[in-house]
Amino acid sequence: MTKNVNFMYYCKNLNIMQYIKPFNLSKRIITLMSVILLASCSQEAGKNKTIDSATIQVSGEMKAELTSPPLVPTPVGNRVAKKLILDMEIIEEEGQMADGVTYIYWTFGGSVPGSFIRTRVGDEVEFTLKNHPDNKLPHNIDLHAVTGPGGGATSSFVAPGHQTMFSFKTLNPGLYVYHCATAPVGMHIANGMYGLILVEPEGGLSKVDKEYYIMQGDFYTKGENGQPGLQPFDMQKAVDEDADYVVFNGRVGALTGDQAITAQVGETVRLFVGNGGPNLVSSFHVIGEIFDKVNIEGGTAINENVQTTLIPAGGAAIVEFKVDVPGTFILVDHSIFRAFNKGALGMLKVEGPENKTLYSGKQQEGIYHPEGGGIQEMPAEEAATPIASSVEERIELGKQIYAQTCLACHQGEGQGIAHAFPPLANSDYLNDDVSRAIEIVLKGKTGEITVNGNKYNSIMTAQTLTNEEVANVLTYVYNSWGNNKTEVTPKMVAKIKNSR
Amino acid sequence: MLFQNSLFLIFFLLIFYWNGISQDKIDMKKINGGTYVPLYGSDSAQVVVQDFWLDVYPVSNEQFLDFVNENKKWRKHQVISLFADQAYLSKWKNDSTLGKDMHPQSPATTVSWYAAKAYCACQAKRLPTMDEWEYAAMASETKINAQQDSLFNQRIIQSYETPKTYAQKIGSTFKNYWGIYDLHGLVWEWTSDFNSVLISGESRQDVDTERNLFCAGGAVNATNLMDYAAFMRYAFRGSIKANYCIQSLGFRCAKSTEK
Repeated sequence: MTKNVNFMYYCKNLNIMQYIKPFNLSKRIITLMSVILLASCSQEAGKNKTIDSATIQVSGEMKAELTSPPLVPTPVGNRVAKKLILDMEIIEEEGQMADGVTYIYWTFGGSVPGSFIRTRVGDEVEFTLKNHPDNKLPHNIDLHAVTGPGGGATSSFVAPGHQTMFSFKTLNPGLYVYHCATAPVGMHIANGMYGLILVEPEGGLSKVDKEYYIMQGDFYTKGENGQPGLQPFDMQKAVDEDADYVVFNGRVGALTGDQAITAQVGETVRLFVGNGGPNLVSSFHVIGEIFDKVNIEGGTAINENVQTTLIPAGGAAIVEFKVDVPGTFILVDHSIFRAFNKGALGMLKVEGPENKTLYSGKQQEGIYHPEGGGIQEMPAEEAATPIASSVEERIELGKQIYAQTCLACHQGEGQGIAHAFPPLANSDYLNDDVSRAIEIVLKGKTGEITVNGNKYNSIMTAQTLTNEEVANVLTYVYNSWGNNKTEVTPKMVAKIKNSR
Repeated sequence: MLFQNSLFLIFFLLIFYWNGISQDKIDMKKINGGTYVPLYGSDSAQVVVQDFWLDVYPVSNEQFLDFVNENKKWRKHQVISLFADQAYLSKWKNDSTLGKDMHPQSPATTVSWYAAKAYCACQAKRLPTMDEWEYAAMASETKINAQQDSLFNQRIIQSYETPKTYAQKIGSTFKNYWGIYDLHGLVWEWTSDFNSVLISGESRQDVDTERNLFCAGGAVNATNLMDYAAFMRYAFRGSIKANYCIQSLGFRCAKSTEK
């Protein structure tokens, strides 16, 4: 009896409990058998699908197109399965990690992440892995899209100055990570040896307007984040999972400023997002966008209307969204200190006409009185603001405002964030023109500027501050971090405010 | 002791004179034997190494050029392809001239195992065994065994990562406890039995392979940095064949002590 009860419990979801209950024993058995049959049938169907892709015939051959991030090769569209000839070169070379910081990267195809590989189900890939003669180490490749021992790693182990070839058939559609799996595997991945291989279903993915390739990775350097010079890999930090840099596409600023990815209003954007690790899991998020569609973990399951998608180390996701309004959308790992302090920050710049219905921009500014009183237009002078009686007091009050209003972007020591938010410390742009600085705080700033020789193309919003507060915070900034010690007075602020 | 030293000196001077070679960089140092634990084996997998002599420096381009000039069958264009792949002496201008960018005092590389073996045989020497090489190379400046010295190991890993170190001159890295230079930081070096390493290149699988190789080993202590430096070395050895000629792979010779 207990067995039947158990069985009924398990069958609940199949909605057959109702049939079992009133029947006699023999009928129960028949039902049981048919359930088993049904189950095996559906299993069979699943298997058939796999067998199908294994038996897809290839016709003709072509050279695989490989691209460096953030670009992706041409979609497969309606093409038939083919023999794909794929050549990939491994290069060990010094590259830039951040401004003034370099690192010895180990790369598939000369970039981190490595070249993007695009295939369709049923393709037979003839993979040649070349280890450049100047390299010091043997390498191999493990493609998560490969069904076989080591994902190809056992067949692709190759010494410097040599090449090796192996073939595989793509059986399962999806977005897959590939990486080097030579001992010590963690170190090979930590030095940048990962990339993505896409296996499109028959007929290809749906058509979109823009496609980009983004991959997160964490790096472990002997010097702390920002310490200039060539930074060697730090094995102990890697073991401790104490990352100095967490970045998109191999370095700080690979996707900001001039390198930002772009789209036009109304276009649909598809991002192939991977995470090479070696250690950290990514909470991938685009500030100001909602993913209309996410292929969860790069597989077939689709989730809709997603704010943040989790991408495991050694995993991927395909995200799609339509951009409806213009502006700069910031791509982050929403483990947010990684974004603002370790580099996991990119930009998507969308151009086109505003759509005030979808997003209004700032419509009204006011002072909020918790006790009541409703929304008021901001008065020229706000009585509630403490009035500074000396420069010292002004600096002190300004410091508090800085911490509340400016610090998130311009950072604690006014150092800003490379390629995203300009520095206020030792800033030529700031020291050159006080009126301009006041105006920017009052009215915001959009468009390209050059600060200390670096270009920034970002948006600063207008700040809701009183004249006294603007004077205080700017005085604090001018009297900190090697700036020219200007005192900004409320009078100067009022003059700018009224003049334009 | 003084008497012994001067005896050695005379002995070496005699050899130099006899060979008619004037370089001062071909001398050897004696390594006192002992035991060591290869890769990440356990104490039960200790290996005994007998006393032996080892070249102070890797063989230089200049020295290898002399060898090739005297042994025509090892010339760039005359070498039997079975014994060296196409990369053999690839940066040399021709059979008897080094390449424009090559320094005579840089280590000789793009030399196959066969060629290295023949070179050593010509000097009445041989290639060191992997155990001999590893034993000599675990010494830091001050310690015979620096396997547990994390700074020493971090330094080795760093040197393995640095590109194009083959272009440096011999003697440009540190001198270890035994008076041997450049075991780390310049080039990989051939050993006589390099191909006894059973690394398939699939590191996760190799954990088992090595466990079998060094029986009872087992516990992989991933926090021991020495593992990583050794891993890189053993992985390299596992990836090569005797006819391979590689830009970052040189050699030095060894000699057994007189019994």
